[in-house]
Amino acid sequence: MTSRVNNFVIKVANVNGTGSASANGLLMKALFRMGIPVTGKNFFPSNIQGLPTWYEIRVSADGYRCRSGDVDLMVAMNAETYAQDLREVASGGFLLYDATWPRDSQLKRDDVTILGVPLAQLCNEAFDNARARILMKNVAYVGVLAALLEIDMDVIRALLKATYRDKAHLIEANQQAIDMGYRYAKEHFACPLALRLEPMDQTAGHIMIDGNTAAGLGCVYAGATVGAWYPITPSTSLMDAFKGFCERYRVDPDSGERRYCVIQAEDELAAMGMVIGAAWAGARAFTPTSGPGVSLMSEFIGFAYYTEVPVVLFDVQRVGPSTGMPTRTQQCDLLACAYASHGDTRHVLLFPADPGECFELAVAAFDLAEQLQTPVMFLTDLDIGMNDWMVPEFQWDESYQPDRGKVVDAEMLEAIDVFHRYKDVDGDGIPWRSLPGVHEKGAYFLRGSGHTEEGTYTEDSAAYQKVLDRLSHKFETARDLVPAPVQHGSASAELGIISLGSCDGAVREALDQLKATGVELSYLRVRAFPFNDTVEDFLANHRRVFVVEQNRDAQLKRMLLMETQVARDKLISILHYNGMPMSAGPIVEGITEHLRKEVAA
Amino acid sequence: MSFMRKPTVAHSRLPRNALGLTRRDYEGGMSTLCAGCGHDSITAALIQAAWELDLPPHQVAKLSGIGCSSKTPAYFMSQAHGVNSVHGRMPSVATGAWAANRDLICIGVSGDGDSLSIGFGQLAHALRRNMSMLYVIENNGVYGLTKGQFSASADKGSKAKKGETNVQPPIDPVVMAIALGCTFVARGFSGDKDQLVPLLKAGIRHQGFALIDVLSPCVTFNDHEDSTKSYAYTRRFYHPAIHADFVPPADDIKTAYDEGEAMPVELHDGSRIVLRKVDEDYDPTDRAKAIGFLQDASSRGEVVTGVMYIEPGADDLHAVNRSVNTPLYNHPYEELNPGAEALEQLQARFR
Repeated sequence: MTSRVNNFVIKVANVNGTGSASANGLLMKALFRMGIPVTGKNFFPSNIQGLPTWYEIRVSADGYRCRSGDVDLMVAMNAETYAQDLREVASGGFLLYDATWPRDSQLKRDDVTILGVPLAQLCNEAFDNARARILMKNVAYVGVLAALLEIDMDVIRALLKATYRDKAHLIEANQQAIDMGYRYAKEHFACPLALRLEPMDQTAGHIMIDGNTAAGLGCVYAGATVGAWYPITPSTSLMDAFKGFCERYRVDPDSGERRYCVIQAEDELAAMGMVIGAAWAGARAFTPTSGPGVSLMSEFIGFAYYTEVPVVLFDVQRVGPSTGMPTRTQQCDLLACAYASHGDTRHVLLFPADPGECFELAVAAFDLAEQLQTPVMFLTDLDIGMNDWMVPEFQWDESYQPDRGKVVDAEMLEAIDVFHRYKDVDGDGIPWRSLPGVHEKGAYFLRGSGHTEEGTYTEDSAAYQKVLDRLSHKFETARDLVPAPVQHGSASAELGIISLGSCDGAVREALDQLKATGVELSYLRVRAFPFNDTVEDFLANHRRVFVVEQNRDAQLKRMLLMETQVARDKLISILHYNGMPMSAGPIVEGITEHLRKEVAA
Repeated sequence: MSFMRKPTVAHSRLPRNALGLTRRDYEGGMSTLCAGCGHDSITAALIQAAWELDLPPHQVAKLSGIGCSSKTPAYFMSQAHGVNSVHGRMPSVATGAWAANRDLICIGVSGDGDSLSIGFGQLAHALRRNMSMLYVIENNGVYGLTKGQFSASADKGSKAKKGETNVQPPIDPVVMAIALGCTFVARGFSGDKDQLVPLLKAGIRHQGFALIDVLSPCVTFNDHEDSTKSYAYTRRFYHPAIHADFVPPADDIKTAYDEGEAMPVELHDGSRIVLRKVDEDYDPTDRAKAIGFLQDASSRGEVVTGVMYIEPGADDLHAVNRSVNTPLYNHPYEELNPGAEALEQLQARFR
């Protein structure tokens, strides 16, 4: 193997519940602090202890953020998965394993270098406590990797100090384990390997963060005060983050009073009901959930649509259908969210691509919901929500003020003769709303049954239809309020890609790879539904458009066919739905294969 | 059928409450329920209670689910805001509304189908959270809008209008609520307004979840012979165990009570309910005894009414959450947003 600097994949195979997360976090952060672009992806089971779990770190000097599709260095810490882990290593790669129990015959591949380190033995000799022996085994392989790859030991020392600030004994034990691994590698192997690291300056101005934390932080900055939820993987850490930040920023230091209220509901139906009640009463309110939760919330989503209550729903998508694979990623709820609930309903959706957009668009979600007085569904996925991404530091514009939309206050109500909740006064399909507790003239009865412009019950055809048609008009207004798509690549190309969300990294890398083979494409990343004119123009201006998404049924493509003027045969699907985050390979292959067929035909 | 407003004709001599409002000001739209429906009597009692308590109508949030009972919030306090939510889910909407604005006086009206079948879980969890609201179950043992199916409160052996016999045991919301930790539980009868109005007033003033099960016969589908939820049956087996008088904060207790039988209970705002024991054996502050008494009475076919259990002073949802005393919905944004500097500092841990 020729030397590869700052451009390879490390994958660590662990058993869950052994404390590997902190070792892997330490490893990744060390590379990040050396200025080298990294991403970390966690492949974990729906289980608490004892099953296989993997952590994959892609080191990419070019800053590519998706999976590469290859593994160059496998740290095999789980004997149960040795065979599978060995198979996965790319030709010319390395496999590091715990040689306390030598497995020379089992771990044999001519094109892979096997590196055995007696990690358990070293830790058993060094530590007394049983738990420490297990935990430190993981930390010790970080030391081995530090020697093999040339990780800056000063960086590791600083990270340990910062991580275990108030626990000196932990700093000491961790450092001891790392040094132990480091020394062993130096004494037994030719360090560094052909794969190695060199410090860069590419991570300044960036942070490593997961999307759920970023979205939870966005909710704090948006001024959300009521959150209701029912725990569900992979969305749980979003509410955990919101609560954590609120404990830090929203508790009065003297009185201990909280400027937020988080309610753990009995199920997703109740969570959505609470959010609707809170939003009706005027609070910025949200619920984080995943696909099964969306299914349960659907009746209420239709209610909020028809009664025009501004709620924000975070759907951190996981693999469906049904319970599916709760700890794997997909973009499979597009259709379920876009048209959630019975009757004629259409909803505003947002598609963030990374944690940076999770923060930014979370704030936008509350503004949009209140501007439009409708549910806004924020569709991220497990890959964005739970994995560590390198993104530019978050900025906050101090001049930002929440856009609460059209709300009549007591003074306005005092001045008018009569208030009509559902009347289109301004011609944009968005009525004015009143809040309870403000003024008796604003009183009306919010109801999911047929209602008039005045907000009263009706079974009159014309009065019913008038409100329903205005809701359509409002959805038209939404087109120009939602975040615009982002365009990359050659604008003049006759071939295009439309994609969304966490496909972004894979699409961008595919664009570069295709360009290198002489194929130029332009790329439009939609960030919201309803689609606006930019999407329509992009579709019109390209001969062929590849739609890249992570589900089996081409849900984004179906929505484009239903909601734009595009001709059916112009769109070609590139689909990825096995539950793992996407890499560029299938996109490059899909497009190349299609173009080859076109030429042949 | 559409919404019908009542004409607003106010006699100058109509009595006015402390806010200068007449009882008419607490009325709502015209009822569209059947003539003689028990629910209309409860609506009238709610109007009376709200007027007597001088409730500012715009501070009241009326909430309901789906069903005949859930239509009634349209028939009282048209100057109050309201939510007619989806079937069985009113408790969660009320919880969210009160979480956002703790100054709202939440009055929920539900039925036995809405509360004890489709919405049983939501009711149970709302009362466990002790969110502050009055929750009235207009209980008639039958589904009205879908024409006469048994509800979960129908007694075993009770007969439907078309002759079918109910074979499943009933859910008694009062026993259920006491068992699950509800802090105010009462039962009333739509036909006894004198008892019901003070119960409603006490329930509204109770800081916490106040559940009042009100027997409210369905004249169309469940008022026949062999029904245990008819007017005739309820009157015959009616057993008021505890009478409640509501005394506002500033007033003295004027009524004379016999020694040993009156039991004043102070509520958080200084008002009191004076409980008068019609039945000497009853102790409305002891959960286990209350449940035992109710189950004994029920086995004799008696319909026990009054304040069945009360625990004033328990922490409500906001107390548990340690929420600010002012409503969250309009809390100044400057105190919600940590600002640019905090964001900059926070990000150190992500590097």
